[in-house]
Amino acid sequence: MTVRKNQATLTAEEKRAFTNALLELKRTGRYDHFVTTHNGFIMSDTDSGDRVGHRSPSFLPWHRRFLLDFEAALQSVDKSVSLPYWDWTADRTARSSLWAADFLGGTGRARDGQVMDGPFAYATGKWEITVRVDGRPYLRRALGEGVAQLPTRAEVDAVLAMPVYDMAPWNSSSGGFRNNLEGWRGANLHNRVHVWVGGQMGTGVSPNDPVFWMHHAFVDKLWSDWQAKHPNSPYLPAAGTPNVVDLRDTMRPWNDVTPADMLDHRTFYSFDTEPASAARQR
Amino acid sequence: MNKITRRQALGTTAGALTVLGLAGATAHAAATDSRASLPTGAVDEVYQGRRIQITPGGGGHHGGHHGGGHDGLPTVRIDGRELHVMRNADGTWISVVNHYETFADPASLARAAVRELQGATLAPFSPMGGTA
Repeated sequence: MTVRKNQATLTAEEKRAFTNALLELKRTGRYDHFVTTHNGFIMSDTDSGDRVGHRSPSFLPWHRRFLLDFEAALQSVDKSVSLPYWDWTADRTARSSLWAADFLGGTGRARDGQVMDGPFAYATGKWEITVRVDGRPYLRRALGEGVAQLPTRAEVDAVLAMPVYDMAPWNSSSGGFRNNLEGWRGANLHNRVHVWVGGQMGTGVSPNDPVFWMHHAFVDKLWSDWQAKHPNSPYLPAAGTPNVVDLRDTMRPWNDVTPADMLDHRTFYSFDTEPASAARQR
Repeated sequence: MNKITRRQALGTTAGALTVLGLAGATAHAAATDSRASLPTGAVDEVYQGRRIQITPGGGGHHGGHHGGGHDGLPTVRIDGRELHVMRNADGTWISVVNHYETFADPASLARAAVRELQGATLAPFSPMGGTA
């Protein structure tokens, strides 16, 4: 069974295995397929039309499935690897070990935002940005420049306390847990982290930065934490909603998976720290 | 780093002079939200050395790359290359180069894109992402 761990607890060997698997997916071209898929959904998901991957109730199950696909790809390279998560409420500065040269490398240099150290620096020749929205082929970051502060634990807890999964009109103007976690409303959690990292992470091709997966693995964990706090709060909407993925509607691009299939993460993996009520069910 | 050069100052002034008035046709903006601003202004300005051109929406050529329901989006170009933009339900705006951060109007969005690009050229417009 796959166990997803807090990135701050990984051993040197686990970090090496993870980054090596990323580089191998990049080398074979499989990595960039994930970037293309994400950008396609980012550009087509709209508040007034069909919306699947973002700004909609299926933001959470869509990314859960997307990460499962990516984790399976990593495991096809090295079956010992699982996706770590980045708890940005705890590891909240550019001095975190996450950004060290033995893991993801640090922020970009002032002149052009280029990341200069770590396994994903352009000069290594192993991480060219090919799915891109502008001409620059190198990984960029501007940690803490687009917005000064990452979300705090208190801000996360306030969102986890929201009892309703999602609300009409089921888009970026909705109230409820999903949209407050996604960040279009309220304190701004998920969206703000993309902006804090900067570089490609602030764009539609955000999976170009490997931290994308660790950010979303934590957002995914927060969904599980929310479920544990609100065991009687279902995914919404249940049925019959135009342009929106209801509980038992299939999601593009897979077309054979529904939000209902994604509700219980323990079908697929566990976390190093399981929510209390989920642990009781084991 | 944020020192305003003479060229930029002149560009901004020129831009302000060439804002081409307001078109009432797209005044369906969300009047319920104070953050919203009407996407009505055509813009042709130089900002930090880049030419920003914004053509108000109104249907027509812009509709082909979306699934529908997007009539009225403006066309935003930076040095002639189209920038993919979207409008949020609350009337704010995002672009593909600042996708997780909202802006009050297309001109603010375009200027943010210029800052983000740091002189780089936009990739050819493609609904399915980069084609570099």
